[in-house]
Order: sequence, then structure tokens, then C-alpha cells
Amino acid sequence: MKEFALIFRLKDMADFKPSPEQMQERMNWLAGIAAQNKLADKGNTLLPAPGSAKTVQTDRTVTDGPFTEIKEFISGYIVVKAESIDEAVHMAKGNPIFEQVGGTIEVREVLKRD
Amino acid sequence: MGAQTPYNELLPHLFRQEYAKMTAVLCRHFGLKHLETAEDIASDTFLKASEHWAVHGIPENPQAWLYTVAKNKARDYFRHRTVFETQVRDRLSPGEAEQVPVIVFDRHLIADSQLAMILAVCNPANARESQIALALQVLCGFSVAEIANAFLTKPETIKKRLQRARKNLREDNFRIEPLSETEVASRLDTVLKTLYLLFNEGYFSGTGNRLVRKELCSEAVRLALVLTEHPCTDTPQTNALLALMCFQSSRLEARTDDKGETILFEEQDRSLWDEALIRRGNYFLVNATNGGEVSRYHLEAAIAYWHTTPTDGDKWRYILTLYDQLVLLDASPLTAWNRIFALAMVHGKEKAIAEAEKTKATDSRFYHALLGFLYAGKDRDRAIAHYKQAIALTPSLPERMTLTKAIKRLKRT
Repeated sequence: MKEFALIFRLKDMADFKPSPEQMQERMNWLAGIAAQNKLADKGNTLLPAPGSAKTVQTDRTVTDGPFTEIKEFISGYIVVKAESIDEAVHMAKGNPIFEQVGGTIEVREVLKRD
Repeated sequence: MGAQTPYNELLPHLFRQEYAKMTAVLCRHFGLKHLETAEDIASDTFLKASEHWAVHGIPENPQAWLYTVAKNKARDYFRHRTVFETQVRDRLSPGEAEQVPVIVFDRHLIADSQLAMILAVCNPANARESQIALALQVLCGFSVAEIANAFLTKPETIKKRLQRARKNLREDNFRIEPLSETEVASRLDTVLKTLYLLFNEGYFSGTGNRLVRKELCSEAVRLALVLTEHPCTDTPQTNALLALMCFQSSRLEARTDDKGETILFEEQDRSLWDEALIRRGNYFLVNATNGGEVSRYHLEAAIAYWHTTPTDGDKWRYILTLYDQLVLLDASPLTAWNRIFALAMVHGKEKAIAEAEKTKATDSRFYHALLGFLYAGKDRDRAIAHYKQAIALTPSLPERMTLTKAIKRLKRT
């Protein structure tokens, strides 16, 4: 079984704070993955707010947030177990975030070192 | 709980809720060796409440009233009784003999004491059955008759079992004191198992009235929650067990009718399912994935999760996979039967019948109940014959009623 990180990106800061109903739908989706024993790591939510997000540039200057360079910002990640990237993509497609606020999910295989 | 509630309705309820907590806190002071003393003080407190409240009405804050009385009684006890004389005096200089420990009943200490109590009761000095009997009595305020009812045995047997268990605890001279992390970890397995059985007793047992059984379930949940409040017992397994309990509890209202008859899953009124509990279950299930550990509680919680999502088309496929893993961890026949049921839902009844009949477990009621279900709609007479054999082998009345209903339904077709 391989592991894949699902990296969530949102477009709008306003979408970062989900309503309780949206939160429940997301939790239910996450629990569904856990209930297949395929949640390797429940990951973390990454705060995008000013004061919680800075970027250190190549020349070591520091800018506020990740906002200047990209249109989307990373809001969090989880790690799932799957046989193939297709299965991981299938899981990602079930995430309610697409209906709720839009955004993207990047699926990336985790390199196993051993 | 308004002031209008008659005291004789409120008191039994409070007894279930507070008796165990009170005993736990008192035991923390006296040591488990004096469990009986702690229980006496708690019982006395409730006796006084029943007398006092009958005359003066229910006080504004009944809990606080109870704890104040218990505190005073404990203080008196410390002033007068022999424990103090024989065990404490020697260690104190004469001038200090007046010192009386202060007993505080705050929320935190109660949780701490109860955790200590759970760990103490799950002392490996006792056989597992005795641990559970003792847990029911000490942690849930159950009477001997109620425990006997839960175990389907005679009160005499339970009485003896409890006496032996208590004697063991006394001789083991166990004091409720902070256990080391390793000690806690080594007992946690038994603790979880006890809570698991406690819950199942309430959830599945065909005996006892509905209210008692529901209280058993909520007591198990409450105690498991206490475990999550402490870092050393807040493990993935504990969270998985809690998730399982939440998912199962969410169907408590829906699974029995007013007469106490079991309502089959497919026929349950889903609007009676408790959504809030399902959400709690989701939360604990996700929490349980930390660490990559997969225990039987993880698998059972996951199965229970799928039962809360009736719409998912892949549901039974997932459930079967989980049962495939569960049979490796838990060789109990019931797990095996449940797996075959899931197999029928995924690969059809033919395949499941073949697998069930391969076991040749003709003396098992589950075998016949399952084959009754699998042959229904295929071979009516055979289905009825299996159901009848299941009924003959089943001690539980609600289960018999469910099976009888299934036969009736078949005869109508």
C-alpha cells in the first residue's frame, strides 16, 4: 500500500472558515476514509491569516503570507493509504469541498525511504 | 431537573449518576482497602437524602447537597473511626492527631478519582468476569440482582464472585495512588475491554429493562470519555472504542420498540438516529487513526461507521473487508457469522450459504439464524426449519421474538 498526501488549496480567504454544516460534511468524508483504514495521518489545517502565515524568500526577505506569489493558498493536508494514485484521486473526488466552496486538491505520492 | 420532580423519582437517577463518583473520591482518601467504608458513607448519604428530601423537599442544588453531606460524613468518620486510630495515628506525632483531611468534590478530582478507580477495579489480581462484575457494582452502582441479570446467572454466584474479588483487592492492598505510565498502559487493555463489555451488555443483552440498559451504555461512554481526558489513557484505541460506542449509541432509540422488541436495522426509523452522536463518532474515529495502529475497536468502529451511512453503494464491500481483518484479530464465532452476512451482501446468498454450511456448526443459534436469512426467498421450508432451530437454541426472549417474526413473514409469502 502506498501513501499519498492530499493537499487542499482554497482561492478565497473567506472560504477558510467553513460553516458548522460544511465542517460536518468534511468530517464525515474524512471519517469515511478512516473507516476504510486508509487514513494514514489526519494531517493539519494550516492557518492562512496574517500573523500566522509568512514566506521566507530566496534572498531571505520575509513576505506576509503565501498570497503574493500564488492565486491559491494551501489550507491543509492529510495523508491517505491507497493501492494506486487512481484510488487516492478517487478519494479526493469525494471531498465535499468542491460543492461547498471550490478549491483544488493536489494528490502526491509520499516517497518512502527505507 | 425542575423542583417539581418528586424526590423519589430524582433520587434513583442521582444515585446512578453520583454514587460511583462519590465512592471513587472517598476511596482515593481511604485507599481501596476500605472500599466498603467509602460505599457505606455514600449509601448513608443517599439514605439521608431520601429522609430529608421527603420532608423538606428537594434542595436547590441536589448534587451539591449530596456532596456536602458526604463530605461531612467522611470528616466525622475520620474523627472517630478505627482506620484513623490504627493506621494513621502511629505515623503522626500526638500533636497532629487532630488533623482531618479535607475532601473536595470538584469536577476534576472526580474525573481523576474515577479514572484511578477504573484502573484499580481492573486489577489483574481478579479474573476478567470478576473485574466486570466489580466494575458494574463499584463504577455504576449496580445491585447484585442487576449484575446477575446482566450475566444471566444467579445472584448467589455473583455475590460470591464479588466477595472473592473484593477480598483479592483487600489482600492485594491496593491503594489508589498515581500509577506509573507503564502500569497504566499495561492495565489500559483490560480497562478498555471492561468498558467494551459494559457497553455491549447494555446494547446487546436481551435481559433487563430498557432504561437500565441505556444507562449501562451511557455509563460506559462517560467512563471512556474520562479516559480521553488524561494524556496517558487518551490512546488511539481509547478513541476507537469511543467512536464505536458513539456510532452504536446513535441507534439506541431506533432499535427497540415500546415493547422492548428489537427492530431490525433495515426497518429502523432513521429519523430516530442521533446525528449528534454520529458526529461525535466521526470525530473520535478520525482521532483514533493517529499512530497507524489498528485494533479490534478500530475495525468495529469502522464497521459501525458504515452502518450510519445507509446510502453509500460500496458500504458492504468496505464492511466485508473490515470483517476479513477482524476475524484475524478476533476468532469469536459471532464475528465469523457477521462476516458471512456481509459476504452475502457483496457476493450473493449462494456463496454465503456455501461458506456457512462449511462450518457445520449446527449447534449454534447464529448458524441457524443466518441460514434462515440466507435461505429466505430461495427455499422457504428450509429457511423456516433453520429459524425454528435457532429459536430452540436462543435463550434471549427479544431475539426469539425477532426470529418468530421472521418465520411469520416467510409464511405470508
